[in-house]
Amino acid sequence: MMDEKQALALGDDALILGHRLSEWCGHAPSLEIDLALANIGLDLLGQAQFFLALVGDADALAYRRDEDGFCNCLLVEQPNGDFARTVARQFLFSAWQELMFAEMAGSADARMAAIAGKARKEVIYHASFAADWMVRLGDGTDESHRRMAEGLDFCWRFTDELFAGSWAGLRAGWDARVDAVLREAGLARPKLGRGVTGGREGRHSEHLGHILAEMQYLQRSFPDAVW
Amino acid sequence: MRDAIMAVLEAVPDPEIPVISVVELGIVREVTEEAVVVTPTYSGCPATLAIARDIRKALDEAGFFDVAIRTELAPAWTTDWMTAAGREKLLAYGIAPPGVAVCPQCGSGQVEEISRFGSTPCKALWRCLACREPFDRFKCI
Repeated sequence: MMDEKQALALGDDALILGHRLSEWCGHAPSLEIDLALANIGLDLLGQAQFFLALVGDADALAYRRDEDGFCNCLLVEQPNGDFARTVARQFLFSAWQELMFAEMAGSADARMAAIAGKARKEVIYHASFAADWMVRLGDGTDESHRRMAEGLDFCWRFTDELFAGSWAGLRAGWDARVDAVLREAGLARPKLGRGVTGGREGRHSEHLGHILAEMQYLQRSFPDAVW
Repeated sequence: MRDAIMAVLEAVPDPEIPVISVVELGIVREVTEEAVVVTPTYSGCPATLAIARDIRKALDEAGFFDVAIRTELAPAWTTDWMTAAGREKLLAYGIAPPGVAVCPQCGSGQVEEISRFGSTPCKALWRCLACREPFDRFKCI
């Protein structure tokens, strides 16, 4: 039996983060980074389509659902901030996705396993791109280090949510991966007070509504419009 | 009949890199009298829809109206499935194929990666240290 809630959560994660990354298009610090972020966003959009199609009509789910029906984690809906914050968000999320897809590739549900096997190969690239930049910025100038530490600190509070429910077992592997990169980057592991959660249950930060307003506007105003 | 369908597919170019066919790209998974099974290169590759459309058109023009097109994700596409002929054509076209990295302009092996992501989801950006030219290279996945 496919876990529909899980497919929806993974589809929403990918859809919302893909949208966030698309906001960088034309604004990234260099052409290479612009291309990289757009490519990562595109991979995520493809993953979103696969997962949402397991649950229903992918377009309808993306464009006609209200905010409280979305169950993406809070981390992915956070604003881009500066490039360092985007890198922190990407690294923390991609490192989790990589482990989660590796496990899911062995899932009893053949359709989930197929998407995971495919997505994992893409996510390995995402995680390595983000890890590279974590190190470059963390181990760079005083200014880049300060910004990287701030970005990491901001995103850290949302990471607890990644290990809710059946994903609790991914924590040890994720900790090891993250700690290794933080060491290389010369960054301290932020201290977590109370983790912020709620996205998986449809309780979102104020940011998701703004994303949906932009993303859904056209299909809400002109249902089934095509071009 | 299977061979005839295969011949049709061998003449369908990749919409993004028209020097190679969809068969040489390694995305045709299986061909039977009932269906052509294809697999996407990357989940979000925008060429996926165009490829399905082009294959449909080619099959219809050859009279294979009843041969369906099916998409399968598993096992995931790998650059290992790209044919030897496809790799040679890519190199001649100016794109370094997967495998040992060489400059498609001057053939030098003294090359380095500029960015892990390039002009399309399947390519990375590299440069040649000998002739100083930048070039696209297929990501090895």
